[in-house]
Amino acid sequence: MDLAFTKEEQAFREEVRSFFRDNVPPDTRRKLVEGRHLSKDEMVTWWRILNKKGWGTSHWPTQYGGTGWTSVQHYIFNEELQSYPAPQPLAFGVSMVGPVIYTFGNEEQKKKYLPRIANVDDWWCQGFSEPGSGSDLASLKTKAERKGDKWIINGQKTWTTLAQHADMIFCLCRTDNNAKKQMGISFIVFPMKSKGVTVRPIQTIDGGVEVNEVFFDDVEVPYENLIGEENKGWDYAKFLLGNERTGIARVGVSKERLRRIRDLASKVESGGKPIIQDAAFREKLAACEIELKALELTQLRVVADEGKHGKGKPNPASSVLKIKGSEIQQTTTELLMEVIGPFAAPYDVHGDDGSNEAMDWTAQIAPSYFNNRKVSIYGGSNEIQRNIIAKAVLGL
Amino acid sequence: MDFDLTEEQRLLKDSIDGLLTDSYDFESRKKYMKEKGGWSKAVWGKLAEQGLLGLPFAEADGGFGGGGVETMIVMEALGKALVLEPYLATVVIGGGFLRHAGTDAQKAAHVPGIVDGSKTLAFAQLEKNSRYDLFDVATTAKKKGDGWVIDGEKFVVLNGENADTLIVTARTRGNRRDTTGIGVFLVPANAKGVTKKSYPTQDGLHAADITLTGVEVGSDAAIGNPDDALALIERVVDEARIALCAEAVGLMDESLKTTVEYIKTRKQFGVAIGSFQSLQHRASDMFVAAEQARSMSMFATMAGDFEDARERSNAIAAAKVQIGKSLKFVGQQSIQLHGGIGMTMEAKIGHYFKRLTMIENTFGDTDYHQRRVADAGGLV
Repeated sequence: MDLAFTKEEQAFREEVRSFFRDNVPPDTRRKLVEGRHLSKDEMVTWWRILNKKGWGTSHWPTQYGGTGWTSVQHYIFNEELQSYPAPQPLAFGVSMVGPVIYTFGNEEQKKKYLPRIANVDDWWCQGFSEPGSGSDLASLKTKAERKGDKWIINGQKTWTTLAQHADMIFCLCRTDNNAKKQMGISFIVFPMKSKGVTVRPIQTIDGGVEVNEVFFDDVEVPYENLIGEENKGWDYAKFLLGNERTGIARVGVSKERLRRIRDLASKVESGGKPIIQDAAFREKLAACEIELKALELTQLRVVADEGKHGKGKPNPASSVLKIKGSEIQQTTTELLMEVIGPFAAPYDVHGDDGSNEAMDWTAQIAPSYFNNRKVSIYGGSNEIQRNIIAKAVLGL
Repeated sequence: MDFDLTEEQRLLKDSIDGLLTDSYDFESRKKYMKEKGGWSKAVWGKLAEQGLLGLPFAEADGGFGGGGVETMIVMEALGKALVLEPYLATVVIGGGFLRHAGTDAQKAAHVPGIVDGSKTLAFAQLEKNSRYDLFDVATTAKKKGDGWVIDGEKFVVLNGENADTLIVTARTRGNRRDTTGIGVFLVPANAKGVTKKSYPTQDGLHAADITLTGVEVGSDAAIGNPDDALALIERVVDEARIALCAEAVGLMDESLKTTVEYIKTRKQFGVAIGSFQSLQHRASDMFVAAEQARSMSMFATMAGDFEDARERSNAIAAAKVQIGKSLKFVGQQSIQLHGGIGMTMEAKIGHYFKRLTMIENTFGDTDYHQRRVADAGGLV
């Protein structure tokens, strides 16, 4: 047992860190620190810088443009990225649909889609959840009917993150009504500008518009847009969701936020002195930092295990990472609320699309708190994660 | 970065797990409790035979040169089996003082007896008003000739009833809460002026309140600098905290396992109660708590070797906080999920809960260590 990183790994960390220092646009970084949203342009600009460096699709197999890094290198890269902070690669493309295509897609699909995913020539969004299918995803109803060399798609998706920016969607559609609910689903991709696709924004409690409803009304999609085999979509969806294991803990994100809390708490006064000097506050902050340290170690254990024994099947430990990671993220936003106190109140009616900087940055703290309630709901709610642990680990 | 055990460490784990599986089921434990002193000399002998009592000592001193990871492996196993024998007091703490600061003569006098199982030690540190502050020492050691005369009262000295030798913290100069002027002294348990009031503890161990009245010791009694041994005390107590973290992980593992087995078999309303989602989620939360504790136990073990004393102490304090929180949750919920049977002395789960609970209040509780981390400027 040894906690130390090797000399090579430390050098790698330096390389990553200095690359971020030299290449992340300062405005992009500042907005992330202040909890502001970024514009589409700002995100795409950064991702293309990353892709040019060859790090945009770091975890892909090398023949598709991956880096061939070890588990530990991926961990270091993610941690540095999150804690710099710089925008993370667009998960829907790079982490979700990309791996499904290079694992289950045909050669033509790989050639057509992968380079465009890597360079974010196409912005992808995810068509999984439906109004009646949240945690019970397999009950989804959006229908794809085969007509000659086409699919005709009808139905509705919801919670579609950043669909307003998207060029492409990957969609779970029901293609067999008679099979068991998991067995009649197919994985189909198509352009968002197809006729019959309508996007309706959903405003969330933070005032932002990150998610959308997406309606399909007789959308015609070429048959060849099916990925993998017909009616095997559920397997691909499970593969996709189990693919991302350690990133979900978002340790780097919470680390960065805790540093910010410390910084702000030494400036904001309470009782005539900086709030960091308040023993009760300081202990709450320490408690959160300790939880995060434990999570970081748990994550390193999973990373080390992957490095030794390969990725294999989804690891139930990822449920621990999801539960604790989301709880800690939420605690950090609570602590920020506590620091800012009464100045949390002013509300920016224009929302924040990255362009309006008229409002003081303190206006982002309450929205960030409201917005972060989602992290224990999405990606398999924390209750679903507990079901997974009970079943897969404890055998209940 | 590596969390795996080496081949030798795996063998060590197998050997102690095997020994305890053979000789330490819950029924045997009840018998050991009734033996004189409250633990089994036979089991202690077996631990000695397997070299476990000499584990952390240097080979030159008659030991096996084990490090922090080896102690972690042993303590986890001892926790899992709810072992009563005074490994912490004798090998980890007593041995720790000798290893870190003992003279060759002191080591020659004490280490062989520890290694072969013929002698046990106890750490007489806690005082009426010291609570968790290691520097808060009212007991005095006054110079007399080449030696010292020790006066004071020590409380809840684990293994104090049975130990052959006491390791006593006492002040050679200054005031009660000064951080300098504190010494560590080896005192034979049968020295003139040592009186003991012995009792069992809540978790089935044995302790004693010890009064030292005009106890005379020689010039060779002091371990380390008699005027400035706080850093030594902190180092050894940090190692005791690390060991307690590992013991707690073993206890939590067994508590969770026992509880999950129980809710799989206990039937109500015609089904196993483990089929109810509220209980499944509780058990999942226990698993999460136990895993977080395991991570921090490993962290503490590795922090034991940190060069920087402040960094080391801060990391170990953080681990003790996580372990404290996790053990409270796992312990309490183990009882809750067992229901009424968990309230009985007859079921083993309550005994795990009691040992876990006592660990929280040993060498600093959760609040104490959380404050230490907060005052040290946090952990990020």
